[in-house]
Amino acid sequence: MGHHEKQSIVSIIGSVLVIGFYSLYVYRNYIQADMELLNDFQFWGKSFLYLIPVAIVVQIVIQILFAIANRIITQEDLPDITDERDKLIELKCIRISHWIFILGFMLAMGSLAMGMKPYVMFLTLISSGFLASLASEAAKIIYYRMGA
Amino acid sequence: MDNEKVFISNNIRRLRFFAGEMTQQELADRTGVTRQTIVAIENGKYFPSLELAFRIAHTFNVPLSDVFTYYPENDPVHKKLKAKQVKKEKQ
Repeated sequence: MGHHEKQSIVSIIGSVLVIGFYSLYVYRNYIQADMELLNDFQFWGKSFLYLIPVAIVVQIVIQILFAIANRIITQEDLPDITDERDKLIELKCIRISHWIFILGFMLAMGSLAMGMKPYVMFLTLISSGFLASLASEAAKIIYYRMGA
Repeated sequence: MDNEKVFISNNIRRLRFFAGEMTQQELADRTGVTRQTIVAIENGKYFPSLELAFRIAHTFNVPLSDVFTYYPENDPVHKKLKAKQVKKEKQ
């Protein structure tokens, strides 16, 4: 298994852990105590704003730990160049994640248009962002296996 | 056209052998790509850009046509390879 594939698997695990623990934390500490918070826009705004930097920092830490562990275990150096195939795969994966997020965005707006509660829209947005990130990493693994 | 498999074969393995059993890593370093990309090209899983194709040919000091061979649709080899691919997909 190549370095990029391992990196994508670690990234998927990281994303699942971040979204899982963050959702659990927010639910236990805030929503469980006051279900009315689900309809509070300020609460959703804060949740989104905290989630983004937390996810980025956790992913960076996980990737650093993975790079160190990988170096120790396999004695392999990290690839120091990004060639045309890497760029092509990256572009294909970005396209897939954009399409999934656009679909999620449409569903989120659709839920509002159908008169559903605002929290459905926010949950759909978070879910589509999460799924888009997962799909992008999964596609990366597939493309690296297929060749491009 | 996008779903149509393009049949381009390459002689990189043979050329590496005649270049004193040049390693994939060495070829990758000389052409400025990763070893994984060379592996993918050799296995026919990735078709390089024209620039990279020329760089590979230049590394071996041979014309591009000595490295890559394209089989047009009416070529018997194309038909043979296509039949092989269809058979593989059915399995």
